[in-house]
Amino acid sequence: MYDMTKSLSSRASRRGVLKGGAALGAGAMSLGPLGTRLAAAQDAGSLEVFSWWTSPGEAPALQALFDAYLAAHPDTEIINAAVAGGAGVNAQAVLQTRLQGNQPPDSWQTHVGRELIDQYVVPGYCEPITDLYTSEGWLDVMPADLVAQATWESEQYSIPVGVHRGNGFWYNKQLMADNGIEVGDTMTVEEFVAAADTLQAAGIPALALAMKDTFPGSQLFENTLLGTVGPDMYNSLFSGEAAWDEAGPREAAETFVTMLDYVNEDFSALSWDQATATVIEGRAGFNSMGDWAYGEVVAKDAVDNIGWVSHPGTAGSFVLVVDSFTLPVGAPSPENARNWLTILGSKEAQEAFNPLKGSIPARTDVDREIFSAYHQWSLDSFANDALVPSCTHGQASSPAFKQAFYDASVAFVTDKDVDAYLSMLTDAAAMDAETSA
Amino acid sequence: MAISSPALPRDVVVAPPTSRRVGFSLERILSPLLLAPSAVAIFIFVYGFIGYTFYVSLSNWRSAKPDLSLRHPVGAVYGDLFGQSRFQIDLRNTVVFTLFFLVMAVLGGLALAILLDRHIVGSGFFRSVFLFPYALSFITTGVAWSWIFNPETGVNLLINATGVNDVLATYGVGPLKPGWITNPEVAWQLNQPIAAIYPPAAEWSLKLGVPLAMIPVAIAAAWQLSGFAMAMFLAGLGTISQEVREAAALDGASDWRLYKDVIIPLLNPITVSVLIILTHVSLKIFDLVFAMSGKGPGFATDVPGIFVYEMIFRAQRYNYGAAAAIVMLVGVSIVIVPYLARQLKTL
Repeated sequence: MYDMTKSLSSRASRRGVLKGGAALGAGAMSLGPLGTRLAAAQDAGSLEVFSWWTSPGEAPALQALFDAYLAAHPDTEIINAAVAGGAGVNAQAVLQTRLQGNQPPDSWQTHVGRELIDQYVVPGYCEPITDLYTSEGWLDVMPADLVAQATWESEQYSIPVGVHRGNGFWYNKQLMADNGIEVGDTMTVEEFVAAADTLQAAGIPALALAMKDTFPGSQLFENTLLGTVGPDMYNSLFSGEAAWDEAGPREAAETFVTMLDYVNEDFSALSWDQATATVIEGRAGFNSMGDWAYGEVVAKDAVDNIGWVSHPGTAGSFVLVVDSFTLPVGAPSPENARNWLTILGSKEAQEAFNPLKGSIPARTDVDREIFSAYHQWSLDSFANDALVPSCTHGQASSPAFKQAFYDASVAFVTDKDVDAYLSMLTDAAAMDAETSA
Repeated sequence: MAISSPALPRDVVVAPPTSRRVGFSLERILSPLLLAPSAVAIFIFVYGFIGYTFYVSLSNWRSAKPDLSLRHPVGAVYGDLFGQSRFQIDLRNTVVFTLFFLVMAVLGGLALAILLDRHIVGSGFFRSVFLFPYALSFITTGVAWSWIFNPETGVNLLINATGVNDVLATYGVGPLKPGWITNPEVAWQLNQPIAAIYPPAAEWSLKLGVPLAMIPVAIAAAWQLSGFAMAMFLAGLGTISQEVREAAALDGASDWRLYKDVIIPLLNPITVSVLIILTHVSLKIFDLVFAMSGKGPGFATDVPGIFVYEMIFRAQRYNYGAAAAIVMLVGVSIVIVPYLARQLKTL
């Protein structure tokens, strides 16, 4: 169902409710029960944690982090200020309003990369936690490319808790076997097209796309781009060093057109999980989606029937979608907030959190055996492959460019106009350069 | 005004001039005094924030941190805004949605009102039934109608179940399977006809026409608000006296002529009110579209309200969002202000 209609299950603080209501008057979202604090503040004060983890797969994972914190600091009252909504779109709106009103929580969830830096660090909403990185030894156990995503001007600003892989390509094994399609360990675009033609001849859409929540379209392009131009050029494009009207992005857009020939007709009415479900149920062949799709697979008890490879052409790269937590300027309980971040970086908390969340730890010294076969595969990729940030999930670009990237993709999946697409991206990049200048 | 003297008996002794002056001036002070709190609140929270929004729309504010410095040249934000293909599409969509929605809601409401006015059995019951959708929130309507107009569920299953497609298949015609809210087509495009008169129109990237996905959304909105139009028309019909109808009948007017030439013209003031009220609902529409079809295929059902929301809370381009909100306000004002002016004049 649409994310706006999910009700908020968790307790929000009173001021969170007020700010949230102010942010989205117009009845656009329903906030949960008014946050009367049932338990009186205890000795060690309170810790208010802001996130968008409310779904059945996310809430228990967040609870595991709370449990890890309470095990070390039992006298603290934890206030779970979670706001429902896919990919945090509603939560971020509420958070922006709170920050502008100088009412920060004690810690909030954010993707690393530009989302952290542009939205929170540069405007001055975050305290650096470089000393925690040093004292806890995190620099030794986390990949440098990942730490760089949480770093601005030589200071670290957030602690990554879980890493999702954005360039998954999921398929239904039974459906492939029935149609005589063999999928190896990797897949090229040509192999995909051959398989897609076979499926199309059998009347099955080869590629499940969902555009109601928009991001799957731009994620499909982002993955296709990475598969076409490789990680170095990919990074150059988002950092502004390479131009969008060059040969590489053009070829990627043309490949994108090819792939769009095989999508389901009702894509504009589906949300991402509905599209993933069509693959699980054998009504579509493939789904290009981050590994939160694996959570849908587990929920539908289809682990044995769903296979995965990297999105065509992207083997050897790992698209980072990393959840992290921050230390706000003016946190109501700064000591508790620092304790919280220390716990989040620990091996124990990361091992408790990630199997429930369906991601892998940011630390590389964890016990492999507690993870599923898919996540062990992802751990290997994380340790060996090129780590690139996702634009669709806010890490590779400014929020304004991300929105332009979404908008251009919405238009493109319908009109398939390569020139218009690349010129929209070029314009957005130019506007971005002007803003940051 | 508020303290009315006619309630007093006529033979009450007129108070001496002095105390009369005191009462008179108290009355003059009292009503502004009583109105002042709400006037101040409205001034700050409505007009103050409209002014603030307008100021933001001229500013450089395009990140998480407020930046209220003026952007030069002044008004550049509006230039960029109208140059954006998505916003152009949104304006087209608003016009299309408004036209379809008004026609369906007003005709639907009028038809329902006339039927109920003819005292059919159970008219009281049906009056409530037709009015109920108006009590729902737009989000509820949007979610329910998104199931109805999803091509994989809803009406298309009905089309299959009634055997229409089996009949078509026997004639060798492909199945009837409309895309409804997923249809990206823009029908009845005007670009070519306009280009015949005004050649540069051939270069426009905006397709001027009717985005077909918008029609189901207009149907859902009309379903919800035709009950409101019906209630307005019913009130209007109640004021038309029986004598007028009888006079028309004596002159030999058929039912058709009675409605076409007598009753509907007499309902004109109601029709104008309904049109104005529904137009301003339509120009501001957000939640119904957001829940039902979102931006739609290729922005086919995108509206300025969604644009404002995404520009501010996702792109963090506060100045763009504010400018689009001001454009919406101007659109609504063009409709509402003349109407209010007329209403105030007749008071």
